[in-house]
Amino acid sequence: MEFTASQHAFAQALLHADQPLPPGLTGARGTADEARFAVYRNNVHVGLTRALAQRFGVSEKLVGPDFFVGMARAYAQDRKPSSPLIIDYGDEFPDFIAGFAPARALPYLPDVARLEAAWTRAYHAADAAPLTLAVLAPLAPEDLATLILRPHPSAALLRSPHPVGSIWAAHQGTDVTPVDDWRPETVLVVRPEMAVNVHVLPVRDGLFAALLFAGGSLGAAAEATLAEDPGFDFGAALVGLLTLGAFAAIAQGDVP
Amino acid sequence: MNAVARESLPARAGLGLKPEHYGHVLEARPDVGFFEVHAENYMGAGGPPHRYLEAVASLYPLSLHGVGLSIGAAGPLDTAHLRRLRELIDRYRPQSFSEHLAWSTHDTGFLNDLLPLPYTPETLARVSEHVDEAQQAIGRQLLLENPSTYLLFTESTIDEIDFLEAVAARTGCGLLLDVNNVMVSCVNHRLDPAAYIDRFPVERVGEIHLAGYDETVDGAGDRLLIDAHGSPVKTDVMALYDLTLARAGPLPTLIEWDNDVPAFPTLHAEAVRVDALLAGQAARRNHLKRAG
Repeated sequence: MEFTASQHAFAQALLHADQPLPPGLTGARGTADEARFAVYRNNVHVGLTRALAQRFGVSEKLVGPDFFVGMARAYAQDRKPSSPLIIDYGDEFPDFIAGFAPARALPYLPDVARLEAAWTRAYHAADAAPLTLAVLAPLAPEDLATLILRPHPSAALLRSPHPVGSIWAAHQGTDVTPVDDWRPETVLVVRPEMAVNVHVLPVRDGLFAALLFAGGSLGAAAEATLAEDPGFDFGAALVGLLTLGAFAAIAQGDVP
Repeated sequence: MNAVARESLPARAGLGLKPEHYGHVLEARPDVGFFEVHAENYMGAGGPPHRYLEAVASLYPLSLHGVGLSIGAAGPLDTAHLRRLRELIDRYRPQSFSEHLAWSTHDTGFLNDLLPLPYTPETLARVSEHVDEAQQAIGRQLLLENPSTYLLFTESTIDEIDFLEAVAARTGCGLLLDVNNVMVSCVNHRLDPAAYIDRFPVERVGEIHLAGYDETVDGAGDRLLIDAHGSPVKTDVMALYDLTLARAGPLPTLIEWDNDVPAFPTLHAEAVRVDALLAGQAARRNHLKRAG
């Protein structure tokens, strides 16, 4: 058989365990053995499910290893990595979990997986010095208001109706500490230096951060947040986000 | 000749650099001949992998080992991936770059395994084109690794060693001799591993790989060895390795342990075992030279 066609047949049989072995295979006994081809099929599945388990370790703890492998195999069956960069594999896994019927009993699971996906992206993101308070401190409030800040390349903001940051933190060690305070959380995942940090933001800063991450100016974000929450403290919120390293630079606006 | 010597890995035992050992390696600076990394794990934009690899590469010779180029694919090479490899090689200047005689990409995406190909004049031409293209793109020689295989192809008309030697002769690439793969493939296909080593063109070999295999049986009850990289090097592979050294002389030798990675001292003990065999071979050679 022509090379392209025979390799295609091999790949099809590899990906579909219900299909017969591809033509043209043999062994020392003069026949192709199912168990031998199964090694290749198994390598593909085990390699991909293992990659997902490494990236989504808390999700695996939440559902148990057997359930996780089943869910990961269901994902991997139809979604092979689009490139040899396995470090990127599973970017769509959280969305898949959200639509995976057997996982519906754990409504917070997709957001936990989103946090884990963001963690890996932060780990491999471009390095950048965070924007410091010193750059903004000299500005008068009216100058600050027009500024738009560029999020740090590693930063991701996750607004969840579940205590996703607390659940994630509770599963970092071997002993799981129960999450008592079951309420919505906004989580900032960011790597200002070499360590990836996961911060649960103060409740009233969550909307403000989300507006800034969506490209709103400091003034517009502060106004919109104040309209929702008259107790919002603009200065404290901005200092807090800058201290965590949430931004890399001023994207738009002049610093006199 | 000087340039080649400077660019080579030392004829010592090397280890795979694992993220769980970054800190220990930099603090303890263990006596290891070189470190090897999988290129694809260092293709992110930044972060700890690059920071640590820079530090380790400033202290130890480095081998860059690709697992995703799919040189044995019927289809074209991924030019974006070649560019990423070039960037890594320019950045880290590894003493060696190696890839596999295998394929892993297809229309449906990256299959994440090293898959076998038939050995025919057509596939020899394709693989040679790909090796040529890769060496052009990365601006250096690559070492092509012999595969571990579980099945054979009825259409194969070229012996595996002849195939590898022909690719090397056509492209000027070197070879990476994975002694564990030799054991796995030879047992799986009822061939004599020692005869394979005897026939291998050792003068083209730039690096040796060793690893632990798993063992099971196939549908007929025959021994089936699986290239698993999750355990110490087995005794029979060590003996085959010593035989290889007796033929080839001391060569840079990597111990691959990629799954269920143990604590560093366990890995290092494997390196010490290999260094002892390398030193033994070097001593025998010197003795023979003096006697002669």
